[in-house]
Amino acid sequence: MDRVMRAALSRRNLLRYAGVGGLAGLATPSLAQTTIRLPLPGGPDERAITTAFPQKGAMVLQRTRPPLLETPFEVFDKGVFTPNDQFFVRWHWAIIPTSVDADQFRLNVHGHVDKPLSLSLKDILALPPLEYAAVNECSGNSRGFFQPRVAGGEWGNGAMGNARWAGVSLKSILDQAGIKAGAVQVRFNGMDQPVVPDGPDFMKSISVDHARDGEVMIAYRMNGEQLPLLNGFPLRLVVPGWYATYWVKMLNDIEVLDSPDTNFWMKTAYTIPDTPHADMKPGQTGVPMVPINKLNPRSFITNINAGASLPVGKPAEARGIAFGGYDGVKAVDFSSDGGKTWQAAQLGNDEGKYSFRQWHAQFTPAVKGDYTLMVRCTNASGEAQPSEPNWNPSGFMRNVIESTQVSAA
Amino acid sequence: MKRRILLSALIAAAAMASPFAQADAPIALKSVDVTLPGDTRQLPSGPGLEAAQNHCLACHSAGMILTQPRLPRASWEAEVAKMRNVYKAPVDDKDVPAIVDYLTAIKGPK
Repeated sequence: MDRVMRAALSRRNLLRYAGVGGLAGLATPSLAQTTIRLPLPGGPDERAITTAFPQKGAMVLQRTRPPLLETPFEVFDKGVFTPNDQFFVRWHWAIIPTSVDADQFRLNVHGHVDKPLSLSLKDILALPPLEYAAVNECSGNSRGFFQPRVAGGEWGNGAMGNARWAGVSLKSILDQAGIKAGAVQVRFNGMDQPVVPDGPDFMKSISVDHARDGEVMIAYRMNGEQLPLLNGFPLRLVVPGWYATYWVKMLNDIEVLDSPDTNFWMKTAYTIPDTPHADMKPGQTGVPMVPINKLNPRSFITNINAGASLPVGKPAEARGIAFGGYDGVKAVDFSSDGGKTWQAAQLGNDEGKYSFRQWHAQFTPAVKGDYTLMVRCTNASGEAQPSEPNWNPSGFMRNVIESTQVSAA
Repeated sequence: MKRRILLSALIAAAAMASPFAQADAPIALKSVDVTLPGDTRQLPSGPGLEAAQNHCLACHSAGMILTQPRLPRASWEAEVAKMRNVYKAPVDDKDVPAIVDYLTAIKGPK
């Protein structure tokens, strides 16, 4: 039944073009062969599916330059690990090296340290390895669902992914360099460059204590392979349980700071209201803002799309993924009556506290009519998804309980 | 001997308790050389198209604009100001109204 239902839903949501002749100015036939509806309130919600990007398979095209590529949502139904070739992509500036020589590459560590370092990839591969699963989610994942709408990358729910990351602990590198007394933050810079010479280079910082927690990783491997260039080859910072903005790609520079980082990307961009769920009212002023930080819990139904029709009186299975954000998944609850009653979903394998976790639940639509399916994740710290959506002007940290409207006939 | 067994048991217990497994021996990393696709979408015609093409598309492709929701003129003024002040887009004062006119024409309230 699942397969039939998915096929029907896939026909509903994928509008196949007969050809590309109707679209002017297309130089690459592999762009815009297919489109998908995300769907976003008020539109535009149609996006091309592209296979034009190197080392990437079919992706939802949000922006060509610098690339913003979203994971097609059906990928999340296939398992808890997101394949590298369909892992989402997000760059801030368009000057991205397209060629990286593995022998010439160096990671520099400098600033408030005893001994500056310049490490080759061989040096890094020789250090004790570390591996764990972790969700990487864009701060603005699901921004397109904000109401009122806000400007920015108009993502659906696919600016997230889960991978097994392998690399070395950031702590081991910082210990080699020797952090001097008085250090407060560690700043990370990648090889991408502003297009405008005086534009702000993309850099992110975390506290020295966080940097030395033994979990933050300099990753050279993702799901058993080297990273695709667009996901940060050769090295990317992995900050488990924190938003992807901190997971600096093509990381080649680490600077230990003796005063708080005031660069644009910490002080102004990627800041959130310092309120529960980073929530505020449109137009509200005087709200204290802080740098975005920990991931919040979320969960999704991955096998039933909005508008699906289910047979009355027959058991149906809902399944999907959940993540606890900064802590593990404690429970996933499912409702088929719009949140009036909830049942505990069964949880799949535990791949670690920062990973996606599969869940499934059975329900039987007893009578003809409309049903609102909902799923809610509660993490091990007791934080549950809220029933009302948050709002902030940057469209960050959406984690409202998802609702899927279906009918039974 | 007894101590060694105890130590082994402790190490085994610690390994099981930790979500962070030791990775396999690392593979060598291979150099990468790729090509990124060029822009394929174009901005629609409208008043101020030339100003928008000349200034907006230097840093990002048309898709950034085409995927935006409809927003009031004040929001487009704020976006253009952000591009100039924060991202240092070299846009002269005299070109700002034409860009805002264009964005409001194609992405303003219906």
